[in-house]
Amino acid sequence: MLNIEELSVEVGGKPILTQINMEIPEGETHILFGPNGSGKTSLMMSIAGFSGYTVTHGKITFKGEDITHMPIHERARLGVGVSFQRPPTINGLKTRDLVALCGRDRNVEVDKLAKLLNFENFLERDVNRNFSGGEIKRSEMLQLMAQNPDLVLLDEPESGVDLENIVLLGDVVNTLLERGVKHPRSMVKEHAHLKTRSKSALVITHTGHILDYITADKGQVLYNGHLCCLRNAREILKWIREYGYEECVRCAM
Amino acid sequence: MRHVNKPAITDIDLKNYQSEAGPHEYVNDLSKIESSDSNQWLNVGVDIAELDRAGTFIQKDCSVIHSKTMAEGVEVMGISDALKKHEWLPDYLWKYISPQKDQFTELAKQKPHEGYFIRSLPGVKVKHPVQSCLYIAKEGFSQNVHNVVIAEKNSEMNIITGCSTSPHLVSGLHVGVSEIYVKKGATLNFTMIHDWGKSINVRPRTAVHVEEGGVFVSNYISLRAVGSLQMNPTTYLDGKDAVAHFNSILVAPKGCHLDVGSRVFLNKPGTRAEIISRAITVGGTIIARGEMIGKVAGCKGHLECKGLILNDGIMHAIPELQGHAPGVEMSHEAAVGKIDQREIEYLMARGLDEDEAVSTIVRGFLNVDIQGLPPGLASEIDKAVTETQKDMM
Repeated sequence: MLNIEELSVEVGGKPILTQINMEIPEGETHILFGPNGSGKTSLMMSIAGFSGYTVTHGKITFKGEDITHMPIHERARLGVGVSFQRPPTINGLKTRDLVALCGRDRNVEVDKLAKLLNFENFLERDVNRNFSGGEIKRSEMLQLMAQNPDLVLLDEPESGVDLENIVLLGDVVNTLLERGVKHPRSMVKEHAHLKTRSKSALVITHTGHILDYITADKGQVLYNGHLCCLRNAREILKWIREYGYEECVRCAM
Repeated sequence: MRHVNKPAITDIDLKNYQSEAGPHEYVNDLSKIESSDSNQWLNVGVDIAELDRAGTFIQKDCSVIHSKTMAEGVEVMGISDALKKHEWLPDYLWKYISPQKDQFTELAKQKPHEGYFIRSLPGVKVKHPVQSCLYIAKEGFSQNVHNVVIAEKNSEMNIITGCSTSPHLVSGLHVGVSEIYVKKGATLNFTMIHDWGKSINVRPRTAVHVEEGGVFVSNYISLRAVGSLQMNPTTYLDGKDAVAHFNSILVAPKGCHLDVGSRVFLNKPGTRAEIISRAITVGGTIIARGEMIGKVAGCKGHLECKGLILNDGIMHAIPELQGHAPGVEMSHEAAVGKIDQREIEYLMARGLDEDEAVSTIVRGFLNVDIQGLPPGLASEIDKAVTETQKDMM
């Protein structure tokens, strides 16, 4: 699904990412660990194609297409979806209208989706205007549900979210990624569903709390702009909790 | 700096305009109006089908060509008929505006061409809006009108007033003296939509007087090219708890000069005022003024001027606050700039291309929640924004 080869990225002339290699196969969810300032968000913004993140070396391939220099909206239409940490406020644009726009030609049942996220009361409000951290997350997930991307990039989906809503958010992420077991009575159908799962994800976290709510296939650690260590996400988390990031990196070297 | 070389907008030579125009016939049935005219009216919110309207007033050049009331408790007529009907009306003329104010008020005093008189009777809540249109069809004509609006005690009324010209008009001047009275406990929603021609000069001169507990809401919309427009209506909140809201939505295409403001005197305790302006220049010049004068303790005001420069042009926000007593509470917020790239890219990450993203943001920017706006007008605003964008590209 996503293939990153020897990617180096600069922001404002300063190298932020160096020689990153990463592969996320179809249907897999990967967790990206890393301390603050390690370049996690920069990697995500580079994949999405934001200005200010200059690719100086390497290549990003998505669904077999080289998207390294593709405009943001073309990547989005190809199936890249992003949940942002600190999205901008858009005055005068109602959240409801943006969610509908995210669906493009498809007719989005905005109210129904909002209900899943306990977000009905925010639909008439301007996008992100005076939203709390948790409200931003739910708004972002709502937009992604409407957008229905094949590769979901989530930037710290758990930060600022209260305990009640984190469960809800986990459920929604699982729905979005066609994961989890929500309807035990229709097991047969679920199994069939699991086989055809096609959605992939890259989830950024530095606390790892989100792992209690979503299932992941692999974990990776980003440290000082270098990607190191690829293995089971929970194992990595255990290492980080026990020995800290530095030790985790040293082991990989 | 070509904008600087443009003559100051007060420099209009009245000799370039004639104040005489041939009369137009009165039209009983609005469906008989030529579509070239009526389409122009529709653009400024005037519906010739007159569905859901409490009254209609239409003036073409110097002639009142249609005037009628369709609801109880509302009076709609030309000002000269009103002067015949109400012997007290002269007391309402030139009360808060002096004819000596400037050459335009003098012109309106010396060579008046009608204007509308709209009045809601005491206690009457008029359900549907009254519509009015002032229309210039004659080349080089100076249309000088004098309008009076009175919302009597405890009444409620909505007015949509549009101004427009025939599509091919090259030169023209519109001078409009308007005196608006909101009596004790009354509410008046006044929506004015301008769609003048590219080189028409427009000089409205307006004063509004609001008594105790009265509410005046003004929405002003000018989305298309006009030669120059200069107006700065003055509102006197002269009764306890009187309220005034001003919303303006301005778009200045290339060659267009808009100098638009609102001035509010808060003269009594409990008075409140809000001035909100959203302005976009696409090559033109906009001066967005807002002025509040708080005279007594316990009055409250907020001013918000936001301007976008989309590719070229000048945006000049002038918010002014004057407090004359301790205990006045007034604030302002002004911002001038371009669209934030982060907002554009955020929407692009949802699949909108750059043009779609920009127009979505611009539409949001202009989306001031306007009270009493007719539904068709919202789509009209959308249309104008789309057209504005074509100019930008």
